[in-house]
Amino acid sequence: MASMLLNSMRTCPVSPARAVQYAARSLSTTTQLQAQVQTKSKKTLARPSVKNIVLVEGVRTPFLMSGTTYVSSFHWGLLHKTGIPKDAVDYIIYGTVIQEVKTSNVAREAALGAGFSDKIPAHTVTMACISSNQAMTSAVGMIAAGQCDAVVAGGVEFMSDVPIRHSRKMRKTMLSLNKAKTLGQRLGLIGSIRLAHLAPELPAVAEFSTAETMGHSADRLAAAFGVSRVEQDEFALRSHTLAKKAQDAGLLKDVISFKVPGRDIVSKDNGIRPSSMEQMAKLKPAFIKPHGTVTAANSSFLTDGASAVLIMSEEKALAMGYKPKAYLRDFVYVSQDPKDQLLLGPTYSTPKVLERAGLTMDDIDVFEFHEAFAGQIMANLKAMDSDWFAQTYMGRKSKVGTPPTEKFNLWGGSLSLGHPFGATGCRLVTTVAHRLQKEGGQYGLVAACAAGGQGHAMVIEAYPQ
Amino acid sequence: MAFARAAGVLSKFAVSKYPLLSGHASRSLSVSSSLAARTHVSYELKDDVAVIRLNDPTSKVNTLSVQMQSELSEVMGEIWSNGAVKSAVLISSKPGCFIAGADINMIQACKTSEEVTHLSQEGQKMFEKIEKSPIPVVAAINGSCLGGGLEFAIACQYRVATKSKKTILGTPEVMLGLLPGAGGTQRLPKMVGLPGAFDMMLTGRNIRADKAKKMGLVHQLVDPLGPGLKPAEERTIEYLEEVAVGLAKGIANKKVALTKEKGLMQKLQDTVMGLGPVKQKIYKTVSEKVQKQTKGLYPAPVKIIECIKTGVEQGREAGYLAEAENFGKLAVTPESKALIGLYQGQVICKKNRFGTPEKEVKKLAILGAGLMGAGIAQVSIDKGLNTILKDTAVEGISRGEDQVYKGLNTKVKKKALTSFERDAILSNLSAQIDYTGFDSADMVIEAVFEDINIKHKVLKEIEAVIPPHCIFASNTSALPIKDIAAASKRPEKVIGMHYFSPVDKMQLLEIITTDKTSKDTLASAVSVGLKQGKIIIVVGDGPGFYTTRCLAPMLAEAVRVLQEGTGPKKLDTLTTSFGFPVGAATLADEVGIDVAAHVAEDLGKAFGSRFGGGNVEVLKTMVENGFKGRKSGKGCFIYGKGKKEKSVNSDAEEILQKYKLSAPPSVSSDSDIQHRLVSRFVNEAVLCLQEGILTNPVEGDIGAVFGLGFPPCLGGPFRFVDSFGAEKLVSMMRRFEDVYGNQFTPCQLLLDHAKDPSKKFHK
Repeated sequence: MASMLLNSMRTCPVSPARAVQYAARSLSTTTQLQAQVQTKSKKTLARPSVKNIVLVEGVRTPFLMSGTTYVSSFHWGLLHKTGIPKDAVDYIIYGTVIQEVKTSNVAREAALGAGFSDKIPAHTVTMACISSNQAMTSAVGMIAAGQCDAVVAGGVEFMSDVPIRHSRKMRKTMLSLNKAKTLGQRLGLIGSIRLAHLAPELPAVAEFSTAETMGHSADRLAAAFGVSRVEQDEFALRSHTLAKKAQDAGLLKDVISFKVPGRDIVSKDNGIRPSSMEQMAKLKPAFIKPHGTVTAANSSFLTDGASAVLIMSEEKALAMGYKPKAYLRDFVYVSQDPKDQLLLGPTYSTPKVLERAGLTMDDIDVFEFHEAFAGQIMANLKAMDSDWFAQTYMGRKSKVGTPPTEKFNLWGGSLSLGHPFGATGCRLVTTVAHRLQKEGGQYGLVAACAAGGQGHAMVIEAYPQ
Repeated sequence: MAFARAAGVLSKFAVSKYPLLSGHASRSLSVSSSLAARTHVSYELKDDVAVIRLNDPTSKVNTLSVQMQSELSEVMGEIWSNGAVKSAVLISSKPGCFIAGADINMIQACKTSEEVTHLSQEGQKMFEKIEKSPIPVVAAINGSCLGGGLEFAIACQYRVATKSKKTILGTPEVMLGLLPGAGGTQRLPKMVGLPGAFDMMLTGRNIRADKAKKMGLVHQLVDPLGPGLKPAEERTIEYLEEVAVGLAKGIANKKVALTKEKGLMQKLQDTVMGLGPVKQKIYKTVSEKVQKQTKGLYPAPVKIIECIKTGVEQGREAGYLAEAENFGKLAVTPESKALIGLYQGQVICKKNRFGTPEKEVKKLAILGAGLMGAGIAQVSIDKGLNTILKDTAVEGISRGEDQVYKGLNTKVKKKALTSFERDAILSNLSAQIDYTGFDSADMVIEAVFEDINIKHKVLKEIEAVIPPHCIFASNTSALPIKDIAAASKRPEKVIGMHYFSPVDKMQLLEIITTDKTSKDTLASAVSVGLKQGKIIIVVGDGPGFYTTRCLAPMLAEAVRVLQEGTGPKKLDTLTTSFGFPVGAATLADEVGIDVAAHVAEDLGKAFGSRFGGGNVEVLKTMVENGFKGRKSGKGCFIYGKGKKEKSVNSDAEEILQKYKLSAPPSVSSDSDIQHRLVSRFVNEAVLCLQEGILTNPVEGDIGAVFGLGFPPCLGGPFRFVDSFGAEKLVSMMRRFEDVYGNQFTPCQLLLDHAKDPSKKFHK
C-alpha cells in the first residue's frame, strides 16, 4: 500500500519532475496496539441493518511545500512490504484535483506501478479539496453494497508539476496540423502561428462559474463574517504551534518517511513554521489589495503529497487478523452558492451529519476540520454559532454551535501541515482515528469545504480497544 | 407586429431603473429650523474620523433635496469646527443608492430661470466648500451615484466604491434636458480628461465601478460581500464604511496618497490634450457630432459643451457662472420639461398598479419562435423565468434559439455577462415542437401569424393542454383581443400583451384588456412585463389598440406624401428633423411593408375613411413585387449587408410613379408635410383618450415615445398639444381638412382644448 502511494506520485509528474522523496512504512505495523486511554462508554452507532465498515490503516507522505524538494530523476526500485497481500485488495480508488492528461486515471497507473495485481480495478475521483473524502466514501459505499470487502482509497496532488497547456489557438493549429495532408497545408498552418499563440495557459485556482480565485473568495467570506486580520493570524499561529508540538511529540504517525536517491530521507512535513504575531502582521494581503485580510501566512500553501487508507468490512478485517482503528459511520455531502458561500461547507455539513448519526456537538470528542484559510475556519465557526444564519440560509430552527477549541484540530491542520488538494481528506480521517485512540474519545467529526461551493462531513467512531 | 428599431435613440432616454432624480414630497417637510431634529443626515465619530450617513426617511433613494442639503451643511459645519476630527467619510445607509441625484421637484418648483440659477449656485458653493475642506473627505459609494450625487462625490478628496452591479456613476442630466449644474462641468474635465468628460456628460450613460476606476473617477474598489451574520447588502455597506474609515485615517496621516503617480503614456496624453489646437479640434468634433445627432432639437448638449469650454479656456470663475446660468436657462426649456415628463411617466409605468397576482408566473410558454417569440423568450429567461419556446417546425425553433443565443452572447462580448452566466440563463429555455410541459405553464404568450383563424386554432389547442389558472396572452399588434377571446372557454384569462420589435431593445409593452379580462389576469401580465424589464401601458381593447392605431394614420399620410412626389429620402429627412429617431420611410421598411399593408387594410375597414390617405394599393403592389422592407432586402430602400448608405429602391419609386398624385401647393411646404404627419398621429392619440382606450395622457405619451419613436424632445403627443397649443393645432388641421377631408377633422377632446386654453393634458 505504501508503494501505492509512491507510485501514484511517480505517475504524476513527467520527468524531470520535481517530486517528494519518501520512504514507505509497512502496513504490517497496523496490528500493533499502543497503550490506550480507556474510552468513555457511549452508545455505539452500529445499526443492525448496516454493515460495519472500518478504517484499518492510514498513511501519507510528508506534505511538502511545492517546489521545495525536487530531484531530476527517480529510482523506484523499492517495493515495500505491505501487511496485506496485494491480491487481497478488491478495488482501488484515488482522488486527485489537477490531473495530468497522460495519467487521467491515476489510480490505475499507480496501482499497476506499485505491483498490485493487475486484476484489481481502479478508478479516480475528483471533487476538489474533498477528492480523497470522495474516494473513501465511494469505498464505504462499495463495501456497504457488498461489492467489495477491502478497498484502498487515497489521494494525490502534485502542485510542483501541473500540466500547462498551449493556448487555445495553438492547440487548434496543432490539431489541424495532425490532419493536414499536404506539405502546403502544413506550411500554411505553421505560417499561421503567431507569437501570441505561444503564450501558455496556466491553470488557476479559480472557480469556473465565477472566475474568482479561492483566496479572493476567502477574503470576502472573512469580511462578510467580520473576521479580523488578527483573529486569522492568531488561528494560523495556533495551527502551526500545535502542528509543531504534534510533530515533535511524534504524534503524526501516519507520515511515512521516504527516500529519494541522492537526497536525504524526507520524513517530516516541511511547511510547519510557527512564527510570531508581529512577523505575521508584517505581511501584505495576498488577494484583496490593499485592505484585504487573507495573507500568505494565514492561508494553506500549495503542497505536494499523497495519502491512502485501507478500508474494509469489519468481518473481513478481523478475519485477516487486523485490529481496525475506527469505524467509518455516517457521512454527507453538501453544496451551496459557489460565489458568496464557497467555503462554508463545514457549516452546512456538520449539523446534517450529526442529525443523520443522531448525535449532538457535545457527543463529539475529536474535531478535524480542513483549514483552507484561517479566515475560512473563523467564518465557519461564526456561521455555526449564528441562529440568524442557520434560519436564513440553512432552513434550520437554530444554530448547531461551535466545536470547543480544546477538541479542535489539536495536531495542526492544513494551514500548517499543508494541503495537497486531493490528499487532505485521508489525512483528516486518519488523524481523527489516531486522536480518538490517543485521547480516548469515542466520536470524531471530519468536515471540509471544497471548490465549487461543496462540502463534506463524516462521523468516525473509535474502535473498541 | 414589429414596430421599429426606432427606439435606438430612445434607449438613451430610457433612464435606468435607478431613479436619478426622484420626485418626492420631501419639500413639504423641509423645516429649516435649526432646532428641528435632523432626519436625513447623521454622523458619529469613529476615533478621529467623522462618519456622515445619508438616509432620506421619506424615500427609497437619497436625493439632494433642500432638507438634505441644509442638514448636510449643518453637519459639515459642526465637523469642521470640531478640532478632534481629522477626516470624514460620507456614506449612504440606503441599500443600492448613494445619492441618486438632485431633487427634481426642487427644480420644477422654480418659477424662473433665475431661481434655478440660484439653486445651481448654492450647490456650487456647497461643493466648493467640500472641495476646499481642511480635513479629507472620503466618499464611500455603494449603489447609484448619479447627477448631483456624482458632483458631490467628485468634490470629495477621495472616492471608494463597491464593485457591485448596482454601483453606477454618471451624469444623466442631459437626458432630462439639463446639465450637471453643481460644478460637474468644471470638475469632470480635470478628473477624467476632456474626451472622457464630454462622453459622460453628453451621453449621460451609466458607468460601472470597474470602468470608473479605470477612468480615474474613483480611487479604489471594494468587493461586495455575501451574507455573513447579517444580510449581504447591510454587511457590504458596513464593510465599505470600515474600509473607507481606514482610508480616511490613512489620508489624514499621509499614508495614503490622494493622487496616483501618472504613467508616461498618461502624462503624454495629458500634454497632447492640453495643447490649444488639440482642444479646439475636440470642441469642433464634439459640436459637429452633437449637431448631427440632435438636429438642433435638443439644447442641453450644446450648453454642456459651452460650459466645459468656458471653464477650460477662461478659468473656474467664468466656468461656474456659465454653468449656473445655462442650467437656469435649460430648466425652463420645453425640451427639458418634455424629457422630465417622460422620465416621470416612465417611473409610473414601471410600477404595478394592479396589485400582486394570486399566483406568481414561474413558467412561461411562448408560441412561435419568430423574431418576436424568441425576443420575448430572451428577456424572460434572463430574469429567471422558466420558458418554453414552441414552434411548429424544428427549423423554426433552431432559428429562434440561435437568436436568443446571439442576443445573450452580445452581452458576453460587452462583458455585461460571463459566458458561464449566459449558459446558466440558457438553461431556463426549452425549445420544442410539442406541447410537453404546457400542463404546468402559468402563462402562454402567443406570437403566431396575425390571422384570426390561426389565433383561434392555437387558442383552442392550448386550452386543451394548459391548467385552469394559466393565462393566455396574445402578442397581436392589431387584432382586437375580444375577437381572439371569442374562441376561448375562459375569456377572463385572455389578455393582450403587445411587444415591440426588437423585444430586447424596445422597452415598451402595451397590455390590452377586454371587459371580460379579470383583474388578476391583468396583475399577472403586468408583473411578468415588469419582470421582463418593460415600461408598461395598459389600454382598452379595439382595433389597433393605442399604438398601432396612432401609427396607422401617420403611415397612411406618409404613403400619400410619397405618392405626391416627395422621395423616400426627403420624407425621412422631414421626419427626423422633426425629432423622430427614424424616418417615416425607413420606419415602414422596418415594420415591414406587408405588415403595414395588412394593418392599413384592417384598420381601414374598422375606422373607415378617416384612416385613408395614401392608396393601400401602393403597399400591396410593393409586396407583390417582393419589396417587403428590410427583411426582404428591398422596400422603399435597398438593404445590403455591410452597406452603410442605403439607396432608394428605384423599382419602388416606379410603383409610386404609377400611383402619382398631384401635391396641393397650399399644404405641401416642408413644415406642412411634417405637421400633416404629426397632426394625424396626435389627433388619433387624443381620440384614444376621448374614447377611453387610454386611461390617461401619461401612458399615451409614454406609449408613443417608447413604442413608436414619437420625438422625445416633444414629450409625446399630449405634451405636444400642450406646448404647441391646441388651438394652433386645430386651425392647422382645419386648413388640411379643407384639402383632404375628414382625415384631418380634429376630435372633440382636441376641440375642447382648443376652445379653452386653460385645459392642459399635463399640469
